[in-house]
Amino acid sequence: MRASLRQILTANWAKPVAFSACLSPLGFLAARAFHGQLGANPVEFLQHFTGDWTLRFLLITLAITPLRRLLNLPDLIRFRRMLGLFAFTYVCLHFLTYIGPDQSFNFAGMLKDVAKRPFITVGFAAFVLLIPLAITSTTGWIRRLGGKNWQMLHRLIYVAAICGVVHYYWLVKSDHRLPLLYAVILLSLLLYRLVALLPLRPRPSAERSIAT
Amino acid sequence: MATKHDGDLTYADVTPKTVYYNRRQILRAMGIAGATLVGAKVFERLAFPPAQVAAGTKLNVTVKSPFSTTEKETSFDDVTHYNNYYEFGTSKTDPSRNAGKFRISPWTVSVEGECKKPGKYSMDDIIKLAPLEERIYRHRCVEGWSIVVPWIGYSLSNILKLAEPNEKAKFVAFETFYEPGQMPWASSSGIQLPYVEGLRVDEAMNPLTLLCVGMYGESLPNQDGAPVRLVVPWKYGFKSIKSIIKIRFVKGEPPTTWNRYAPSEYGFYSNVNPNVDHPRWSQATERRLGEIFKRKTLMFNGYSDQVASMYAGMDLKKYY
Repeated sequence: MRASLRQILTANWAKPVAFSACLSPLGFLAARAFHGQLGANPVEFLQHFTGDWTLRFLLITLAITPLRRLLNLPDLIRFRRMLGLFAFTYVCLHFLTYIGPDQSFNFAGMLKDVAKRPFITVGFAAFVLLIPLAITSTTGWIRRLGGKNWQMLHRLIYVAAICGVVHYYWLVKSDHRLPLLYAVILLSLLLYRLVALLPLRPRPSAERSIAT
Repeated sequence: MATKHDGDLTYADVTPKTVYYNRRQILRAMGIAGATLVGAKVFERLAFPPAQVAAGTKLNVTVKSPFSTTEKETSFDDVTHYNNYYEFGTSKTDPSRNAGKFRISPWTVSVEGECKKPGKYSMDDIIKLAPLEERIYRHRCVEGWSIVVPWIGYSLSNILKLAEPNEKAKFVAFETFYEPGQMPWASSSGIQLPYVEGLRVDEAMNPLTLLCVGMYGESLPNQDGAPVRLVVPWKYGFKSIKSIIKIRFVKGEPPTTWNRYAPSEYGFYSNVNPNVDHPRWSQATERRLGEIFKRKTLMFNGYSDQVASMYAGMDLKKYY
C-alpha cells in the first residue's frame, strides 16, 4: 500500500494532477459565473469563495509536515511549495475583491479601513505576511538565504494562518461552526509541531533537515 | 459455475486480438471515462444546486403609496434567494432551500398587553383589515447590503389602533413563530429563539411602519417572512421581524434578539446611520444587490423627512 502510494507521489504526472486539482475551485467559479449563478451578491460570493480557499490551502500546506511523519510519506514534500503558492494565489484574488468592489481601488481609504477594523487588520496582516513567503519560495532563494534562515522566515505561515482564522471568526455574525472548525484543525496542526519539538520521543534525525 | 461445451460459441464471439492485448488500457480508459462522468454530475450538482420559490397568491392592491421610491426594484429572484432567516439556516441561500415546507396556514396573530381591546386575528382578518397598498421601500441590512422591494401591506397603526392601547403602553413587542420541529436548522443559529423585536409606540404608529403581507404583487414567500411581517424601512433589516404571531403593548423597552446576542453591536433603535459604525465594520456605505461598487448609505436610510423628528434631541451615537 505504502509502496504504491509512494509510486504515485513520485510519478512524473503527480504534480500536474495536483496542480489541476488546486485549480479546480477556479474552474468551479468560472462555470458558475458563466451560467450567471454567482447568486444575488456576486461580490460577496467571490469574497467568501476566495477567502475559504485561502484558508483551506493554508491548512493543507500546514498539514504536509505532520502527514509526512505520521504516514511515513516523505515524498509529500514535493507538493508543499505548490500548495503554499496556491494559498497565496487565492489570497491575492481575495484581496482584489476587497480593494476593488469594496474600496473602489482607493488605497488611502483602504489603509484607514485596515487601521480601524480589527477583522480587516488581521486579514490584511495575514496577506502581507504571505508576500515574502511567496517571493522566497524559489530554490534560488532557499540557497541565498540558507536553509536555516529560510525555514525561520517561512514559519511566518503559522502567524498568517492564525490571523486568517481570526479574520474569519470576527467576520461571522453568530453561527461560528465553520470558523471554529478551521481553528480546531489549525490548532491541531500547530500543536503537532509543538509536541514534536519536545524531546519526549526520539525522532529519526534524517527527516529533520527538510521538515518545518 | 458450470461450463457448457455444446458449441454455442461461434467465431464471432472471440475477443478481437487488439482488444485482448489492450484490455488493461481499455478498462482503465473506461474507468477514467466513468469517473469523469460521475465527477461532472457531482460538479454540476455542487455548482448549480436547485432552489425554488413556491407560487404565491395574487393580492388585490388598491393603493399605490406616496411613500414609494422611484429607484429600480431589486429582482424578485434576488429578494427570494438572498435571505437572513436563521430559523432556516444561517447562509443567505439556506432559507430559499429550507423554508419551502414551513406551514403558514392556519395562522393567528395575537394583539395583547396594555390595551383595551386585545384580539386574535386570522390571516383573512388581517388582509381585510385595511386596503392593501404597494410600498416600494429601500431595505438596508446591518451587514452592509441593500435592496429595493415593492412590499404589500398597510400601516401597522391600523391594527394597533383597533386594540386601543392604554396610557401604560410605551413600547410594542413582536414575536416570530418558532417550532423547532419545523426549523431544525435553528439550533445552530447561535441566537436565542423565538426571535423577538420591539419598537417605541411612536415608531410603531409611524405611518411608514408597514404590516406586510406580500411583495411583487403576491403573498410573501416563506423565506421572506410569510405570512405576515414587519417592514421598518429606516431601521436595519433585522428590526423588520418576520412571520409574526404576537404583538404586545408593554411598559418598558422589550428585549430584542440581536441586542440580546451582542448589545455592543446591535442597539434597540438600530436606525440606519452612516455616521455610527458597527464595531466591526463601517456603515457609511452599502452594496445594492445587482451592483458591484458600494454606494453611500443615507441617514435613516433616506427617510429623514418622515422619522427624524421622533429622535430630536437624542444622542444617536448613544442610542444606536
